[in-house]
Amino acid sequence: MHPALSVIIFTVLSGAGYGLFSLVTLLHLSGRYPASGQTELVTQLGLALALITLGLFSSTLHLHNPKNAWRAVMRVRTSWLSREAVCALSFYPFALIYLWQVLQVGVEAGPLMVLVGGIALSLALLTVFTTGMIYASLKTIRQWHTALTPANYLLLGLALGATALVAVHAGFGGRSEGLVLLALGLLLLAGVMKGLYYLWIREVSGPSLNTATGFTQARVRLLDQGHTAGTFLTREFGFDPGAGRIRRVRLGVFGFGFVLPLLLMGMVLGGGSSLWLAPALMSALAGIGLERWLFFAEARHGVMLYHGLQRT
Amino acid sequence: MRLGLVIDLDTCVGCHACAVACKQWNTSGTTGPLTDESPYGAAPTGVWFNRVRHYEVGDYPHTKTVNMPLSCMHCDDAACVTVCPTGASYKRREDGIVLVDQDKCMGCNLCAWACPYGARELDPQDGVMKKCTLCIDRIYDGALAPEDRQPACVITCPAHARHFGDFDDPDSAVSRLSRERGGRKLMPELGYEPTNTYLPPRSAPTVPTADVRRGSLMSNVKDWVNKAIAR
Ligand code: SF4
Ligand code: SF4
Repeated sequence: MHPALSVIIFTVLSGAGYGLFSLVTLLHLSGRYPASGQTELVTQLGLALALITLGLFSSTLHLHNPKNAWRAVMRVRTSWLSREAVCALSFYPFALIYLWQVLQVGVEAGPLMVLVGGIALSLALLTVFTTGMIYASLKTIRQWHTALTPANYLLLGLALGATALVAVHAGFGGRSEGLVLLALGLLLLAGVMKGLYYLWIREVSGPSLNTATGFTQARVRLLDQGHTAGTFLTREFGFDPGAGRIRRVRLGVFGFGFVLPLLLMGMVLGGGSSLWLAPALMSALAGIGLERWLFFAEARHGVMLYHGLQRT
Repeated sequence: MRLGLVIDLDTCVGCHACAVACKQWNTSGTTGPLTDESPYGAAPTGVWFNRVRHYEVGDYPHTKTVNMPLSCMHCDDAACVTVCPTGASYKRREDGIVLVDQDKCMGCNLCAWACPYGARELDPQDGVMKKCTLCIDRIYDGALAPEDRQPACVITCPAHARHFGDFDDPDSAVSRLSRERGGRKLMPELGYEPTNTYLPPRSAPTVPTADVRRGSLMSNVKDWVNKAIAR
């Protein structure tokens, strides 16, 4: 699949934003946010909303007819993209009331704050889940058609959010072993899940050129695609980075996305300066950006069978 | 009704006439234009609803060239419709035709991602998705002669490899053809329940030779000698 930059930016940034928002809200409402001042809380929530909004804005860039984007809420009953749009939109009023309450009332969580915060938190997680389901629901792409896809989206969003959370906390001079441990745990879990995903997609399954053409009892090979130059299909689905590039990018995913930030967090836990959490965030963002590129780049669409692939 | 096509892989000669006729009819029809980019350049590209690809089946020397036209299968369980967030893609209850309402489409490409048959192409100029309509603006046009109320690809096919009709009617030509010739669906394992059906090539009948020539006495002796003496 062609990796569209706007979609990569959208899923990484808004995933991180929703992760950050839900973790901050959860910690705050349950009274576990360590000694948070109002400014810090507002900064965390503001950053989360900024990331989410930037991501959603980027997502509209890949629409070829954005003037009809408002119609995306029309098919909630069947379409995961529609569900994502509805979740993402209904998140805003609750999130904004929550933020406004924190600004007005302060860090003491009242009943209204718990109510709107709780709803916003659920909608944030639901949005990330629906994003994953957009891809997981496509039977045409076996690398995506698995429950591991929404699991990856959720865990990676939470892990990035947690990394951002500890970095901002450190920026305010805070130092909390518990928070860093939480971020470390989530990042580790997300990394293991991604590793499982990479193992899972090695298993070849699904249609072949034989079932695609109906000739299941003999070898089939492409003689001619019927066109001399590219088509919409080859441009959209024909991208193939090659095994070598996939291997190298995977090293980057694990190196920048998980190993380096985990080491930096370990250093902080071992008594190092909390400022190391900023480069940890940068590294995790870069690594998970690569992860998202690869998520698209190594997915092979069934229509490529008609263009000569034997298996996807 | 469940309207669709039967495509005969036995007689299809791979001439692309159906694809060209489709392009011609639809680019000036209700779904048009089917935009082309650099049509006279080095790498011409554009929107087509029907594409013909060519395959080789079997291993030498038992190979066969198979030409395979592919267009929308007007699937019973059309995931392209399920995933569409705007409601632009829809399947007509009355005849099963899958259409895109271009006034509602936001050009997100998701339906093209959901289609395993490559039947949907985005028109970059208009920013909306376009696809085969089964020539809905021909088949219901009462002003046309009855034999012309068929998709352009079917009418134009010089090999009569394309047939149009109602699969819900067991006596229609398409139902009979697919029943008698063992019609196949493509990628049935995905569960899209495509309507269009492909007829496999007939196995070539063996040409009987037994009664071709009554041998003369001379040739019979020759045959006997040839058989009897190991070379
Ligand atoms: S062939 Fe593709 S576009 Fe046509 S109905 Fe089936 S899934 Fe939809
Ligand atoms: S490209 Fe248009 S028709 Fe296709 S899913 Fe998106 S909005 Fe629906």
